[in-house]
Amino acid sequence: MERTGFLLPMTVTEKIIARHAGRDAVAPGELVNVRCDVVLGNDITAPLAIAEFERTGAARVFDPDRVVLVNDHFVPNKDIKSAEQAKTVRDFARAQGLTHFYDVGNMGVEHCLLPEQGLVGPGDLVIGADSHTCTYGGIGAFASGVGSTDLAAAMALGETWLKVPESVKFVYHGRPGPFVGGKDLILYTIGTIGVDGALYRAMEFTGEAIAALSVEGRLTMCNMAVEAGAKNGIVAPDDTTRRWARERCQRPDGYLASDPDAVYARVYEFDVAGLEPQVAFPHLPSNVRPVREAADVRIDQAVIGSCTNGRIEDLRLAAGVLAGHRVHRDVRLIVIPGTPAVYRQAMDEGLVAVFLAAGAAVSTPTCGPCLGGHMGILARGERAVATTNRNFVGRMGHPESEVYLANPAVAAASAVLGRLADPREVVSDAH
Amino acid sequence: MPIEGRAWCFGDNLDTDGIIPARYLNTSDPRELAAHAMEDADPTFAAGVSPGDVVVAGRNCGCGSSREHAPLALKAAGVGAVIAPSFARIFYRNSFNIGLPILECAEAAAGIEAGDRVRVDLESGLIVNLTKGREYRAQPVPPFMQRIIACGGLINYVRERMEGKDKT
Repeated sequence: MERTGFLLPMTVTEKIIARHAGRDAVAPGELVNVRCDVVLGNDITAPLAIAEFERTGAARVFDPDRVVLVNDHFVPNKDIKSAEQAKTVRDFARAQGLTHFYDVGNMGVEHCLLPEQGLVGPGDLVIGADSHTCTYGGIGAFASGVGSTDLAAAMALGETWLKVPESVKFVYHGRPGPFVGGKDLILYTIGTIGVDGALYRAMEFTGEAIAALSVEGRLTMCNMAVEAGAKNGIVAPDDTTRRWARERCQRPDGYLASDPDAVYARVYEFDVAGLEPQVAFPHLPSNVRPVREAADVRIDQAVIGSCTNGRIEDLRLAAGVLAGHRVHRDVRLIVIPGTPAVYRQAMDEGLVAVFLAAGAAVSTPTCGPCLGGHMGILARGERAVATTNRNFVGRMGHPESEVYLANPAVAAASAVLGRLADPREVVSDAH
Repeated sequence: MPIEGRAWCFGDNLDTDGIIPARYLNTSDPRELAAHAMEDADPTFAAGVSPGDVVVAGRNCGCGSSREHAPLALKAAGVGAVIAPSFARIFYRNSFNIGLPILECAEAAAGIEAGDRVRVDLESGLIVNLTKGREYRAQPVPPFMQRIIACGGLINYVRERMEGKDKT
């Protein structure tokens, strides 16, 4: 497609990095200094970054329009210490006059919020002090997680250094069946390549199944690229991206594609035509099998939300399964819309009414239970099915609790039946 | 200066929730974090670790979240270095940025057992298992990254360089 201005065949990841390094070409392994379109922090990582920023001696952030801070992890404040951390971020955002500071009321789960608000767009280069920053690859951006010190330096300079990653191409042939989406594709992929299967590399998703996938589904896939060790995940922009970006993005002009002769470290080809809903068993996101092969796994809690699956499409899927059903008496179902706009839309479409009628608790947006923060912590021996991204030991609470990762339809069906379940067990008229 | 201490061993995919559970991320005070270091991976760690001790882990060490609290907790607990065959990229970068040395060495990770006395020399990349009388070679840490460690992290290193510039 577009090679204008570039000298060598490159992948979409390499092109975005080259553009932000002011170079005609970059090659994997090169260390380059790049300009950042957006730098991001949250109430856990920003307080450390703010302290480090102040130690650099810098007085002002490089651009108050491009430093985005979101209080989303432990807010509404779960305890006094969390309140202090949120306040540190709030005070800094006010003192620096940040345009895009989000707090209780307008706050959403950061990786649902930034794309929705149009703060990131195709072709952007984004670093964020949150490992799931890689989500924005779903709209064709290069986005990668860093720590607080790197965030501090980038807040001061608007730049960071990167090693250009090798790219790995994942081609998905065929169209999967009902109740199989981006979450299942990425779980299946991580189950195949392992939690370090793409270590330090760019995961580029392409093929028929990706072309058919919504932007939301692509965001879900790129979100979990880090669970395979990747530096970033990316879907090169296409017409779906264009339609989506035109409505929202402030900079919808970075439509770069991989050249046909671009070099990949490896190419995986998957036939996903008959793929079934997938579940990652404790305690690794790679411990994946089809939900139908799960034996009688009883659950105590189901969580639908997070930066992986907290978007309107996810809530529609869950509501579609829950409609006309009640949550099993032994299960607590917690639904967490990713942003205030998602919440409003879910109300307008009647989804919240479906959740409440089913016996679910509907929460204000927060990362909360995903990382064992608050709003749904597990006791010793308890099991949860969650639409989140990690199922490490102790991730959602007690070290002897368990988390099973799945898509929103599986989580909803499991909540109804009280055990891991295929949505087709609850929704009989699916075709 | 070489780092010397006892080895604490962990398996593959030691994740950042295991190194410092998120329930303690309501603070970034290194001493508070150190008190809960490795709590879900080895509950005896925080009470038993001594200055200079070395964490020896399996593949993909430090996978998971970007929390800089993970290397901070280890450093504040007294950990002198972390050795593994491979590291998750954010953890690797964070560790150097806060001044915790990291060495990639599959042979050392395989040959060192819990409780072995280990000496690490960053300059040469030499890892000595004093208990077993074995030596392993990691890639030496490049001088500028040694300097980051010696300064106590990236920000101090940047300040040192900026002050150096002011003087010239």
